[in-house]
Amino acid sequence: MKILGLDSSGLVASVAVVEDDNLLAEYTINYKKTHSQTLLPMLDEVAKMIELDLNTVDYIAVAMGPGSFTGLRIGSATAKGLGLALKKELISIPTVDGLAYNMVGSRELICPIMDARRNQVYTGLYEFCKDQMTVVKEQSPMDILEIIREINEMNRDVVFLGDGVKVYKEIIEKEIKVPYYFAPANMNKQRAASVASLGLCYAKEGKVESAAMHRPEYLRMTQAERERKERLKAQHDSENATL
Amino acid sequence: MCNDINILAIESSCDETAAAVIRNGREVRSNIISSQIALHTLYGGVVPEIASRKHIERINQTIEEALEEAGATLEEMDAIAVTYGPGLVGALLVGVAEAKAIAYGAKKPLVGVHHIEGHISANYIENKDLEPPFMCLVVSGGHTHLVNVKDYGTYEILGKTRDDAAGEAFDKVARAIGLGYPGGPKIEKKAKEGDPFAISFPRAKVADGPYDFSFSGLKSAVLNYINGCKMKNEEINDANIAASFQQAVSDVLVEHGIRAAKEHNVKKFAIAGGVAANATLREALKSACEKEGIRFYHPSPIFCTDNAAMIGVAGYYEYLAGTRSGWDLNAIPNLKLGER
Repeated sequence: MKILGLDSSGLVASVAVVEDDNLLAEYTINYKKTHSQTLLPMLDEVAKMIELDLNTVDYIAVAMGPGSFTGLRIGSATAKGLGLALKKELISIPTVDGLAYNMVGSRELICPIMDARRNQVYTGLYEFCKDQMTVVKEQSPMDILEIIREINEMNRDVVFLGDGVKVYKEIIEKEIKVPYYFAPANMNKQRAASVASLGLCYAKEGKVESAAMHRPEYLRMTQAERERKERLKAQHDSENATL
Repeated sequence: MCNDINILAIESSCDETAAAVIRNGREVRSNIISSQIALHTLYGGVVPEIASRKHIERINQTIEEALEEAGATLEEMDAIAVTYGPGLVGALLVGVAEAKAIAYGAKKPLVGVHHIEGHISANYIENKDLEPPFMCLVVSGGHTHLVNVKDYGTYEILGKTRDDAAGEAFDKVARAIGLGYPGGPKIEKKAKEGDPFAISFPRAKVADGPYDFSFSGLKSAVLNYINGCKMKNEEINDANIAASFQQAVSDVLVEHGIRAAKEHNVKKFAIAGGVAANATLREALKSACEKEGIRFYHPSPIFCTDNAAMIGVAGYYEYLAGTRSGWDLNAIPNLKLGER
């Protein structure tokens, strides 16, 4: 089975082609150019290098979120457009799960952290039994101190990775009470090879969807929706108060 | 006929997710528009992040519907055209990334299209005889441009708004008199009950730009008038405000447009953009053109507001001219007409 993997959820843009237990190609850049300018040229480069006939791809796996809203949509729209043109189904990989899969085989608890701004991180907890990944805590937005507290309570060794490490390193070092380390450069950011490899597992379990139905999972309402909800709630509360 | 040229066009620059199939530049085989207006009405205007989210949810269905309604397949298409600016960057990016991936996956040429060029080109759909040169007034929620269309793809911008777009002024005044969003059609409806000469609102001139527009002063004048009425405890006649405001906008647009056509000795005048759907403006331009012996063109309302058919038409002429976009095509929110 051949899987095309795409991840443009964060600062990294990454494209990979995995065929069964072979990584045929991976192209990852972590540079300031926008994903809109890089992602498809990268795929084109990869396809040329490995003489890839896109029609031989079985599924397109894409990091579905969370992440940068715009970045997610560039990845999604690219996957959806390819799916439409090639008549292929998509596989949506939770971004934090994809990050955790970089650490396949680790004995420690895996804690990817992505900077979610507004004093939050997108995070989750994962563990491996050999090559099998188990989700201990599903990806969600939360306070960095809260996830550290949960890890401390579990009293297990932990490895941190993700672009949130740079932002929260000092806080982690100050608050963490269990043995820990930070993942090295070759595995601490999004990698499409992980998305594609995990996609292969998903495909075997039948966890695929049509290109038309795929949409990013932002894990966050838009500011306008949030403010409207708060306004309606305040209105509702004051109406109840006057009754 | 194997000599036909078919374009699949995609448009997502604001709050409409749209796709269309155009044959030989002037025949609309399908024109699908998935509108988000109802959703944005909750917020009193277009919320960019919500628009982007809706685009990605609807885009494949919209494109598939466009192909299906045209009875066409992607394989039959000669090129994929897409709006890459101007517009809301997040919204544009969805269409651009999608179009690039479709073109790449289907091995088709990609043609990036300017949104305003699309609006202008909407006139070609129903006016098979219309060819450049002609004068075109583009008026919408985001744009107010007076353009001398010298040839296909060759534009000279004679004037544009210095502040609010005409459609933006409609939205703001509609909000001020409690009509809500979208302002254009609501003001037009209300204005039917009112007297367009009841209130004298200013017709602004821009000192150093003979063809430029300014609508923020007019908008302020309307707001001041409403406040004045409130302070004096006078009854506010919404219909008269709507009618008088609309008349003021129309007067300025007509005056600038006709003057430009006469001074440039252009005998054809076209109108485009969402505000071109306004019947009062259309009628005023039509009679002014007739008086000057200028032929007047306008698209049906469905081709005035944002749609992909117009992008397909513009894309066709760009395709003929040899325009091809690369896989690194980016969305450019402030793209200038005539620039690449």
